[in-house]
Amino acid sequence: MTENHDIQPHAQRDVGLAFWVTGFVLLILMPLLNVIPPEDSWLHLSDFSLNRFGKFLAFAILAIGLDLIWGYTGILSLGQGVFFGLGAYCMGMHLMLTIGKESVYGSELPDFMVWNQVKELPFFWKPFYSFPLALFGAILVPTLFALVFGFLAFRSRIKGVYFAIITQALALVAWLVFNRNETNLGGTNGLTDFKQLLGFRLSEPGTQRALYVVTVLCLGGAYLLCRWIIRSRAGKVLIAVRDSEQRVVFSGYTPANYKLFVFVTAAALAGLAGMLYVPQVGIITPAQIGVLPSLEMVIWVAVGGRGTLAGAVLGAVSVNLGRSVLTNYFPELWPFILGGLFVAVVLLFPDGLIGILRNLKEQVRVRKPVVVAEGETLT
Amino acid sequence: MSERGSIIYLEGVTVDYDGFKALNNLNFIVNYNELRVVIGPNGAGKTTLLDVICGKTKPASGRVIFGKDTELIGKREDEIVKLGIGRKFQAPSIYANLTVWENLDLSVKRVSKGVLHTMLKTSTHEEQARIGETLEVIGLKDYAPTRAGSLSHGQKQWLEIGMVILQDPSLLLVDEPVAGMTDRETEQTGILLQSLAAKHAIVVIEHDMEFVRQIARIVTVLHEGTVICEGPVEKVQADARVREIYLGRQKVAHA
Repeated sequence: MTENHDIQPHAQRDVGLAFWVTGFVLLILMPLLNVIPPEDSWLHLSDFSLNRFGKFLAFAILAIGLDLIWGYTGILSLGQGVFFGLGAYCMGMHLMLTIGKESVYGSELPDFMVWNQVKELPFFWKPFYSFPLALFGAILVPTLFALVFGFLAFRSRIKGVYFAIITQALALVAWLVFNRNETNLGGTNGLTDFKQLLGFRLSEPGTQRALYVVTVLCLGGAYLLCRWIIRSRAGKVLIAVRDSEQRVVFSGYTPANYKLFVFVTAAALAGLAGMLYVPQVGIITPAQIGVLPSLEMVIWVAVGGRGTLAGAVLGAVSVNLGRSVLTNYFPELWPFILGGLFVAVVLLFPDGLIGILRNLKEQVRVRKPVVVAEGETLT
Repeated sequence: MSERGSIIYLEGVTVDYDGFKALNNLNFIVNYNELRVVIGPNGAGKTTLLDVICGKTKPASGRVIFGKDTELIGKREDEIVKLGIGRKFQAPSIYANLTVWENLDLSVKRVSKGVLHTMLKTSTHEEQARIGETLEVIGLKDYAPTRAGSLSHGQKQWLEIGMVILQDPSLLLVDEPVAGMTDRETEQTGILLQSLAAKHAIVVIEHDMEFVRQIARIVTVLHEGTVICEGPVEKVQADARVREIYLGRQKVAHA
């Protein structure tokens, strides 16, 4: 046998230049622009902008997970908002409890409980006095929930549009349950009026800057983790499930286990995103976790370009940035713009923003002579 | 009760689709290292036969014994794959967005195909050598880094055959491998299957009589879910009932 393994195509192992440049800008440049230039300088990045960007990056963590399940594995989940919400509420409950006597009614209980005449803290709130438990719960609760839900769904071989519909139903159910005052999670008004985290005032720019940095680090970690997954052989199995599930079965794999794995991973990332979102935004309500937000999350990934992790990040940031800017000028038009954007992407740019960037790069390259690798077919 | 020496043994198998008997009390035996061709008009139950063996369809009655004494009825598809039965589907079923190499790499028989094992283990030199060997056998040596979706139809069929070989099955089920192929591709496929028959038992379903004559040793003719004739090509072609059901409609077997 000659050196046959030499023909194995070696994937590029190290992360690209784009990763380091993006990392530098997000992690170092932006906080520096916030701290160093005086406020009237054109270089100055306001506290508001940095904080807003932190929120987008939290969304980007969720988008990476959604891309893993939808873009790579081909399973459309319309219920990612639920997992985001579970993470967010876990963090929100901890923040509510740290308000203590600073609350409007001056009670140890959260204001909405006083308002609803709840006399004693419900049992499921108690673990959230502890910050580590709250962090742990924000990941664990969505993970376990996805594990049970996914196990039942994938065991029953629910796929395609049926999976999309039942996850959408899940989002609706979650929205209804969180809206009820009897659930003891603040009802329609959700959880808000947070004061501090680990003794740091949330209103301080420094605290928000730290939260921003933590978010960037989490995003980087989530990106590297998912990148590692999709480059492993299991990642290839995910793409294989999308391309030909039948063949995957007849190659001796159990697709249901792979789907469950990726669904749970996506849920954990959504929970992490929710956890980072709450202290930066200062409020979580059922309106942020229901059917509509879940659909919007899908649009982020579609716009950015599904099937590429960078696309998911780009989509989450650009759509939300677009929303921030455009709702300033045309608040009523935003739903139409968002809808139009989705239709345009699906019809004209199925590979999203990343696809457009790639095409541009290709066009630049075509000017130079093309070298076709040996064994490559030109089709 | 299973006949010794047979790799697959079907006895009295009936598949009932709401009153339509796709297979009707079918008996079918293939021996080790045999290359068997199954022919029959449309709706004769050929694909259903493969579906029963690989666990995709559950028969209403009958027995399906693999090897010495392994009952296949009631087993899941992936369990049957692990026992050593590989299947090549009629329409090329490959992973279009992975490279040819990756397609083969995913198909290699491994200790475990669980999520963690698959994620953490990289392929060994031995596995890579086997993939390289298979690339040569299926004539795709120069295409390892090519996206499988951009292969020609014939190449896709060969790739899928290669994927099935790498599972190291003792029984290979091949459904209409040359449908849509050019004459040259058909001939190469025949040579490929014959060379594989040295190591594996193979059941091929085929329509193309030219191709059947090229590869067949023993031919089984199915009609309305039962075997009506079995034997060497010449005998089958001479059989009056085969001529009646087959040649009455088209000139398939004209010699």
